[in-house]
Amino acid sequence: MPDGGSTGIGASVKRKEDYRFLVGEGNYTDDINRPNQTHTYMLRSSSAHAKFSLDTSNASKAKGVVKIFVGTDMEVGSIPCGWQVDSKDGTPMREPAHPPIAKDKVRYVGEIIAVIIAETLEDAKNAAELIDVNYDDIPVIIDMQKALDNSKGLVHDEIESNVCYDWEIGDSEAVDKAISEAAHITSLDIRNNRLIPNAIETRSAIGDYEHATGQYTLYTTSQNPHVIRLLMGAFVLGLPEHKLRVIAPDVGGGFGSKIFHYAEEAIVTWASNKIRRPVKWTADRSEAFISDAHGRDHVTSVKLALDKDGKFLALKVDTLANMGAYLSTFASSVPTYLYATLLAGTYTTPAIHCNVKSIFTNTVPVDAYRGAGRPEATYLIERIVDKAAREMGISQVEIRRKNFIPVDAFPYQTPVALQYDSGNYNATLDAALKKADYDGFASRKAESAKRGMLRGIGFSTYLEACGIAPSAVVGSLGARAGLFECAEVRVHPTGSVTVFTGSHSHGQGHETTFAQLVSEKLGISTDLVEISHGDTNNIPFGMGTYGSRSLAVGGEAIVKAMDKVIAKAKKIAAHIMEASADDIELNNGNFEIAGTDKSMSLADISLAAYVPHNYPHEELEPGLDEKAFYDPLNFTYPGGCHICEVEINPNTGEVKVEGMTAVDDVGMVINPMIVEGQIHGGLAQGIGQALLENAAYDNNGQLLSGSYMDYTMPRADNFVDFKVGNEVTLCTHNSLGVKGCGEVGAIGSPPAVINAVVDALSELGVNDISMPATSEKVWNAINNAKDKS
Amino acid sequence: MEISITINGKEVKANIKANTLLSTFIRENLNLTGTHVGCDTSQCGACAIHLNGDAVKSCAILAAQADGAEITTIEGIANGDELHPMQQAFHENHGLQCGYCTPGMVMSSIKLVENNPNISEEEIRKGLEGNICRCTGYHNIVKSIKQAATEMGG
Ligand code: FES
Ligand code: FES
Repeated sequence: MPDGGSTGIGASVKRKEDYRFLVGEGNYTDDINRPNQTHTYMLRSSSAHAKFSLDTSNASKAKGVVKIFVGTDMEVGSIPCGWQVDSKDGTPMREPAHPPIAKDKVRYVGEIIAVIIAETLEDAKNAAELIDVNYDDIPVIIDMQKALDNSKGLVHDEIESNVCYDWEIGDSEAVDKAISEAAHITSLDIRNNRLIPNAIETRSAIGDYEHATGQYTLYTTSQNPHVIRLLMGAFVLGLPEHKLRVIAPDVGGGFGSKIFHYAEEAIVTWASNKIRRPVKWTADRSEAFISDAHGRDHVTSVKLALDKDGKFLALKVDTLANMGAYLSTFASSVPTYLYATLLAGTYTTPAIHCNVKSIFTNTVPVDAYRGAGRPEATYLIERIVDKAAREMGISQVEIRRKNFIPVDAFPYQTPVALQYDSGNYNATLDAALKKADYDGFASRKAESAKRGMLRGIGFSTYLEACGIAPSAVVGSLGARAGLFECAEVRVHPTGSVTVFTGSHSHGQGHETTFAQLVSEKLGISTDLVEISHGDTNNIPFGMGTYGSRSLAVGGEAIVKAMDKVIAKAKKIAAHIMEASADDIELNNGNFEIAGTDKSMSLADISLAAYVPHNYPHEELEPGLDEKAFYDPLNFTYPGGCHICEVEINPNTGEVKVEGMTAVDDVGMVINPMIVEGQIHGGLAQGIGQALLENAAYDNNGQLLSGSYMDYTMPRADNFVDFKVGNEVTLCTHNSLGVKGCGEVGAIGSPPAVINAVVDALSELGVNDISMPATSEKVWNAINNAKDKS
Repeated sequence: MEISITINGKEVKANIKANTLLSTFIRENLNLTGTHVGCDTSQCGACAIHLNGDAVKSCAILAAQADGAEITTIEGIANGDELHPMQQAFHENHGLQCGYCTPGMVMSSIKLVENNPNISEEEIRKGLEGNICRCTGYHNIVKSIKQAATEMGG
C-alpha cells in the first residue's frame, strides 16, 4: 500500500470538515431561514387504514394561518419508485399511485392528510388542532402472511392484490434435486426485524420560489440532491431542471433514510409557489418515526443441503418482504437485486434458488437502510451455516473454511448473477481469529462459568456487493436510472483545486478522503483542495451517496477527471518548455521533461492556462477544468470476518457484548482513520439490530415503538471498544482498487452477535433466537429450555 | 415576558412567550444554531449546553427558567481560534462523523471530565447515557474524551 506522503493515499489525515462542526457552525437544513419564510405543520393520519374526510374551515381562520392545503388541492404526479421489478410470470410489479397528500383514503399512521402553513410553527400546530377529521376505518393489514389472502382486505383496491411482485432467481430444479439427495438438510425460519434508521438530524425541507425569475430552490436533508431534482422535478411537479435548484447542505446522518424522494419535499416546493413565500418544514422526532422510510422487515424460511462432509450443495430461500403502504424510491430493489443476488455469500454453494414476494401492508414504507438487502442475505446465510455446523458436529470455523470460494477461483461466477472479482476469505478469517484471541476463548468461557455466566462466540464470514452500480447491469435488472457518478476538477489560476462531486457527504468524510486523492495524484497538499458537493447549481450532475459507492464510483470519477487535467497540463507544459508531451512526466506535483532538470509546477501550468500569453491555442483551449463521468464495470465485493463474544446472565437474560472484532477487506484504503470510523458505526448499528432495536406495530397499525422511550437506540454503554483490522485484496476493475466500507459493519455483524448468543445458550439446548435478542427474550428462551429438560 | 440571560459572556435581554423552550430560544431568537435538537423526549442530548456551570438539556427547560442564568453554548467554549481541549480531542480522534450530535457530546463531555478528572472508560460510557450518536459507534468518542481528560488535567 502506498504511504502517500503526508496527505496522500494511505494517510490518516485528520478531517478537514471537523472544524465547522466542532465550533457549532455546521450548516444543516434547519439552521437555514429564508426571508419572509412561513412554517409548516404536516397533519398526519392517526388511522392506519380508513376513508377520511376533513373540515378545515375553522383552522383556516385561526391565528397566523397563511394557507391550508389538502390532497385535492395538490393535483400533481405520483411519487415515483426508481426500480421496476417484474414477477416471475413476466408481469410488471404492481405500482400503486402515491400522492404527496392523501386524498380520500389513508394507508398508514403518519400519512400526510393536510398541510398547515402559518407564520410560526406554533400557529400551524394550534390550527391543526382545529381540523376536524372523520375516519371511516377499514380492516388493517399488518401481518404479511395474512396479507397474502386478498379476501382479508386490500391495501390498494385498484391493484387487486397485496403482492407487489412474486419474483425468483436461481435454478429451482437443481436446488430441489440437491435437497432430495442430500445427506443433511438444515432448516431455519427467520425474521429480519424492522428497523428505524434514526439519523440524529431529523428530515427538514425548505421550498423557496422566486416569482420574478420563476426559479425554485429546495433545501433538503438529502443524500442525493440531483436524484431529488430529477424525481421531484420530472415526475411529481413537472419542473424542468434549469428552473429547479436542490441544495443538500450539511446533513446529519442518512444511513439510507435520506436517499428517497419524500412527499414533504414536493409539498414545500410546490406550496412556495402557491403562496409566493418560502415554506419551511422540520420533522420532530415523533414525526420522523412515522414518516422516515423504515428498513429490513423480512420473513424468510431457508433450507441448506449439505453432503456428509459438510459441503454445501444447495440453498433454498423463501422470503416475504414488507414494502409498507407505498413503494418508496429504492424499495422494490432491496429484497431482490440487493438481496437474493448475495445468497452465495463467501461460499461455493453450487445451486441456489430464492423466491421473494413483496407485500403491501398498512405500515410506513420500507426502503434501504444501511446495507439494504445485503444484511438480510448475510444474516440468513451466516445463521444457517452456523446451525448446520452445530447439527453436524463440525466446528463453526471449519465448516466455513470447507466451503469458502478459494483464492484462485476469482473471478468467481455465482449461481445468482454476480461475478466476484477478488477476495481472500481465509485471510480475513485468520486475522480475525487472532485479533479476537479465539485460542483463549475456552478459558474465558470457563472463567465465566465459574461466575455462573454463559459465554458464547459467534462468527460471520460475510461478503457484500456495493459500489452501486454498473448502469448496464442494473438497467437490465430494472433500474430506471444509470448509477454512474460525475466529477469536475477545477485547477484555479494559482494552482489550488476545487473538486465538484456528485457524491454527498453526511458523515463519511469526503472532504478529506477526496482531497487525499487529489493530493496523491496532483502532488499538492490537501490544504489546497476544496471539495464541493450538495448543490445542483454547482455540481454538473450526480447520483449521490448510498450503497457504499462514494469512493468506488464517485472517487473514480474524480480520478478520471484528474487524468484529463494531467493530460492537458502535460500538453501545456510541453508547449512552454518546448518538448514533446510524451516526454513530460508528473512527479510529486512537478511536470518534468524526462531525463532533464527542466520542470514546471502545477501552479505554473495553471497560471499559463488562465493567462495564456504563451499558449498552444491551435491545440488547446485556455483554462484547466475537466469533467468526467464514471460508470463502473461491476459491483465491488468487500467481505471479511466478524467475531462477537457475549456473556449472558442466565438469571436476567441480559446479553453483554464482551468483544466485537471485525477484519474486513474493503480494498485499497485511502484514509484508515475514516475507514475504521465507518466500520465502528456500522458495527454499532448491526449490534443494535441484533440486540436492541425493533419497530413493532400492533394489529391496528399503531407503531408501538414510536419514540426513544420505546425504540431502543444503542448507547455508549451497550458497547466495548471494537477491534478492527483489515486485509486487502484489490478491486480489479477500478483504478484505485477500492471496494467501499460504509455498510460492511452493519452487514456482517448481526449474525455474528446472534450466533454468539445461540452459542452461549446451546448448552441448554437452545438453537435459535430471533432479533433483537432482548433480555426478556433470552430469559424466556433459557426458561423454556429448562422446562423442557 | 422579559428575560435576561448571559450567553457566551454577553448579556442578552429578550421578550419571549412564556412557553418558549430554551433550545428554541437559543436557536431561533439568538440564532446560535450549533445547539441541535434531535428528539422531543429529552433523550438524545444533541441540545446540551452549560447552564450556571452544569451540563443541561436545553430542550428540557423553558427559556423563562433560565432568566438570570449564565449559559455557554458550543459556540462559546473555544478560546478565540484555539479549540477547547475537548473539541481538539474530538478532532484528533475522529470523534465525529456527521457532526449532528457533536455539540451536545462535547458540552456533556466537558462537564463529565470536569466533575471527574480521573474518569475511567466505564465511567465515560455510563456518563454518556444521555447522549445518542448514530454515526460513530461511540468508540472514537470515548477515545476523544479519554484524551481530553488527560489534557484537561486529570
Ligand atoms: S433535543 Fe434535547 S435531548 Fe434531544
Ligand atoms: S456524529 Fe453523527 S450522530 Fe454523532
